[in-house]
Amino acid sequence: MIKFEISSDQKFNFGFRELLEFKELFYFFTWRDIKVKYKQTLLGFLWAILQPLLMMLIFTIFFGRVLSVPSDGIPYPIFVFSGLMFWNIFSQGLSGAGNSMVSNANIIKKIYFPRLIIPISAVLVALFDFLMTFVVFIGLLIFFQFKVDPIAMVGLTLIALLLTVIATLGPGLLLAALNIQYRDFRYIIPFLVQVLLFVTPVIYPTSMVQNPNIKLLLSLNPMAGAINIGRYALGATQLDLTLIAYSIISGLVLLILGFFVFKNTEKYFADIA
Amino acid sequence: MKPILELKGISKKYRIGADATPYKTFRESFGSLLSKSKPNKSEFWALDDISFNVMPGESLGVVGKNGAGKSTLLKILSRITPPTKGNIVCRGRIASLLEVGTGFHPELTGSENIFLNGSILGLSRKEIQAKYDEIVDFSGVEKFLTTPLKHFSSGMQLRLAFAVAAHLEPEILVIDEVLAVGDSEFQKKCIGKMDEVNNSGKTILFVSHNLNLLHTLCPRSILLKNGKLVREGDTEHVIEYYNETITSDPGGDIRVTSSLDDGKPWESGTEIAIHISWDRNKFEPGWECDLACYTYEGVKVFAVQSNRIEGFDSEDPNLNSITFYIDNPDLTDKPLRLDVGMRKKLGHQYEAVVPNCLTLNPAGHKLPAYKRHDVIVVPKVRLEKNKNE
Repeated sequence: MIKFEISSDQKFNFGFRELLEFKELFYFFTWRDIKVKYKQTLLGFLWAILQPLLMMLIFTIFFGRVLSVPSDGIPYPIFVFSGLMFWNIFSQGLSGAGNSMVSNANIIKKIYFPRLIIPISAVLVALFDFLMTFVVFIGLLIFFQFKVDPIAMVGLTLIALLLTVIATLGPGLLLAALNIQYRDFRYIIPFLVQVLLFVTPVIYPTSMVQNPNIKLLLSLNPMAGAINIGRYALGATQLDLTLIAYSIISGLVLLILGFFVFKNTEKYFADIA
Repeated sequence: MKPILELKGISKKYRIGADATPYKTFRESFGSLLSKSKPNKSEFWALDDISFNVMPGESLGVVGKNGAGKSTLLKILSRITPPTKGNIVCRGRIASLLEVGTGFHPELTGSENIFLNGSILGLSRKEIQAKYDEIVDFSGVEKFLTTPLKHFSSGMQLRLAFAVAAHLEPEILVIDEVLAVGDSEFQKKCIGKMDEVNNSGKTILFVSHNLNLLHTLCPRSILLKNGKLVREGDTEHVIEYYNETITSDPGGDIRVTSSLDDGKPWESGTEIAIHISWDRNKFEPGWECDLACYTYEGVKVFAVQSNRIEGFDSEDPNLNSITFYIDNPDLTDKPLRLDVGMRKKLGHQYEAVVPNCLTLNPAGHKLPAYKRHDVIVVPKVRLEKNKNE
């Protein structure tokens, strides 16, 4: 017998058990978004691969060739792609999650389910694209005959992925909650993603930054840590564990902040959406 | 036996006026930070201290005029919005149908939408798979299952949506007016399904303007008025009370009554008298009085304008009521609702409107179902002016 109470008092509830109860909805929302994303496109899922490939090409031409940005001894295409594949999870996941509550407002207003499922599914969609991008990355390694330790690479990639998800979900939840109250964030999100690309070591290596204070400031960006961990598998990069620790801590702080802001406003989403 | 639903002192407050904008922008919220006093904030209690119990297997009807708080009550029961005060104890899984087709996506195919919609409504993938054939069969759109939903007609979308909803199996089902979909044949199918659910021991909370349907499905009802629970008991008595209050208090200045009691059939080929009276001081001479009649799906069936009736003039300042005699030209067998409005002249805004003031039930058909009028018709009308010195 299920028994529950609906009441006005604001007892805080993590709701993890409820999330488990509704676990199939994660699948369905993710599945829907993936399906819809490439519906009525000629190339379909190929776009998930083409986008980072084209980005890599452009960055290689402008930053690798024209501006000669250093790449820690790794061929620039591989270097930039190894950053882009994590960056794409972040940029897609952040804008997806940030807009998810607003774009699903019609469902939120009519049916109850744990609201967390919506922004989390948006991040899962971005992870799905990563799977395909990663296959291309392996193809790229083979093409450039770049030798890596496969076990170390899988291990480090998984750790980097975990940090990427933390780094995406925290701000994603925060933006989702804020966006539903202040639609200004609809305009802030794309701008934010663009700015963040330049303070994240995607197109340049962290080693290029000389000033230790700026280095420290940049590593507060959890994506910096994620990308550096992922790149460490490629060999040439130095891994500064203190800076990585800063990234992880700031990622966790953002996740907790995002989670609590989201949970605190979630009850009223239907009223203000 | 313990009640499956126990509501205690449920209240819901909304803010209206300038503060009620659906969402805030940064500027607005900074603005309200800077200005300390908020004189314009007015509160509005959409629900005020509602308490009632529902026993397992019971079907409870919820009646009330627009704005009485019915939808807010359903939203709170569905856990979409929390109550401001009070609490509810639920002893079972609640599924709510506040609209049909929640979560339908136009780009996905019919069968994909069955799965998506089903899971949003709380069915597991296994349950959907098990009921899939039944759902498809019920919807009657099997030919289009691989077509994207955006190419469906709106009727087909509704049928598919209802088909999924009809196969939910919660302990408590909360339904808001979703039956008003599809053609009359599909409606009958839906009503049959509702009856079946009802008889299978499920608890149903049903909100509807369709008093006949309420009467058949729910033995007990509650009546809400301005957020308060004003009547609770036998559906028959509640509806009776509802009709009385609606005709004696139509939002102020206009009273509408008919020669048939609400709910009694309006035989084909016979005249119904609709009597409209008003406060003489509120309307200047020269007004126009309009009637409009809709099905519960919102399809206009007929409209009558006093000024279009030959020989009618409303310049007499002593006039304070008129009677329309309307002939039933074999109208559809669906129940119809009547709106009445008064305005200065054609093209002017209505100064007073009484929406939903009567329910008419055309009956005694001479024509086969498909020939009956269910879209705009022009019935025979005559008018009688009454003066009250």
